[in-house]
Amino acid sequence: MPSLKDLKNRIATVKSTQKITRAMQMVAAAKLRRAEDAAHQARPYTERFNAVMAGLASSVAGSDSAPRLLAGTGKDDTHLLVVMTAERGLCGGFNSSIVRLAKQRIEKLRAEGKTVKVITVGKKGREQLRRDYGDLLIDHVDLSGVNRVGYGDAQGIAKQVLDRFDAGEFDVATIFFNRFESVISQVPTAQQIIPAKFETEGDAAPATLYDYEPSEEEILADLLPKGVATQIFAALLENGASEQGARMSAMDNATRNAGDMIERLTIEYNRSRQAVITNELIEIISGAEAL
Amino acid sequence: MADSFQFDLVSPERRLASFQATEVQIPGTDGDMTAMAAHAPTITTLRPGVLRVMHDGQTDEYAVSGGFAEIGENGVSVLAERAVPRGEATTEVIQGWINEAHEAHVKARETFKNEPGPVDDAAKLLSDMVAMGTHIGLDTRQPSL
Repeated sequence: MPSLKDLKNRIATVKSTQKITRAMQMVAAAKLRRAEDAAHQARPYTERFNAVMAGLASSVAGSDSAPRLLAGTGKDDTHLLVVMTAERGLCGGFNSSIVRLAKQRIEKLRAEGKTVKVITVGKKGREQLRRDYGDLLIDHVDLSGVNRVGYGDAQGIAKQVLDRFDAGEFDVATIFFNRFESVISQVPTAQQIIPAKFETEGDAAPATLYDYEPSEEEILADLLPKGVATQIFAALLENGASEQGARMSAMDNATRNAGDMIERLTIEYNRSRQAVITNELIEIISGAEAL
Repeated sequence: MADSFQFDLVSPERRLASFQATEVQIPGTDGDMTAMAAHAPTITTLRPGVLRVMHDGQTDEYAVSGGFAEIGENGVSVLAERAVPRGEATTEVIQGWINEAHEAHVKARETFKNEPGPVDDAAKLLSDMVAMGTHIGLDTRQPSL
C-alpha cells in the first residue's frame, strides 16, 4: 500500500505528463492544418503533371526510343527502396507502420533472390531498419533541420536517386510513405517511381492530340526526372500531414489516458486518506475508553 | 471582348493563379508563344523568363524558372518549377536562382568534360536566367565563370 505522500507525488507526475501531451496535441493540430494546406496546394500541380505525363508516356511506350526512366533497364534484379518516415517519435504507429510495410517488401524481394538497397528519409525509420537490415542501408537523408518541407528538399532526394539510377545501381525504385486519409487513418503506401508509372483516371477518353515543342522525346526526357521529384514531393507532403495527424490522435489518447489515471489515483488517494483518519479516530477512541 | 479561357499557373508548392484570361504569353524553350482562345493543343517546355497573362483588361506578370505549359481545349495550364509574381521577384530571389544555375553549370562542366550537350544546356539556362533578371529591371549579376 503506497503512502499518502507517494500517491500525491504520482498524481502530480501524471498531471504534468498530461499537460505535456495536451500541449503536444495542440501543437500537432496547428501543424496538421499547415501540413494539410501544403498538401492541398500541391495537389493541382501533381494532378496536371501526371495527366500530361500519362498522355506522353502512352504515346512513347513500346517504341525503342523510350527513355530508360520510363521503360526501365530491362532488368528487375536490384531494387531501391526509399523509406520515408518522421524525424521524431511520439506519433503512434506512424513510423512502425511504414517500416513494417518496407520490411515485408524486403523479405519478399529477398525470397525472390533480388538485391535490395535502402535509402532512408527521416531518423526514425533508419533506427528501426538498422537493427535487422543494417547492411542494406546505403544512404540516409536527414530532414531534421527542415521546418517546412519544400520542393527543393524533394529535388535533393530525387537527384540522389537519379544519380544512382544513371550509375546503374538499381533497376526499380519504390517509395514508402503514409498516405493521409484523415486524422485517424493514414495508409502506408508503396509507390513505384522508376520505371515511371502514371495513374490514369480510368480508361480516359483518347487524349487530345498535342503539338509538341520541342519534340515529344525531348519533352519527355526533360520531364521524367521532374516527375520523380514531383512524386517524392507529394509523398513528403502526404507524410508530413500523416505524421501530424498520427501524433495528434496519439497525444489525444495519451491525454485521455492520463485523465483516467489521475481519476483512479485520486480515488485511491481519498480512500487511503479516509482510512488514515478512521485509524486515528479508532486510536483516540480506544485510548479514551481505556482510561 | 475577346473570347476568354481558363488559365492556371501552378508550382509544386502552391497555385498562383486560376482565372479566365484572354491572352497568355509563354516563354517557351524554342521561343516565345502567345496563346489565345482556341489555340491548337500544344505542350511546350519553358525556359526561365517572364510569363504574361492578360485578363479583364489588365496584365499580370510572373517570373518562372522553367517547367512546362499545356495548351489544351479547356484552357492553358502552366506548370512552373518555380514561379513568383513579378512584384515578389526581388533581386535576391532571382539572384538566388541565378546562383543555383551557375553552380549547375560549373558542375556540368566538371562532370561532362568532353560532352558539349549538358554543358551548353546549363549555360543556356544560366544566361536565360540572367536575361530574365535584366528584363524585369533587376540588377542581377552573372557570377564570373
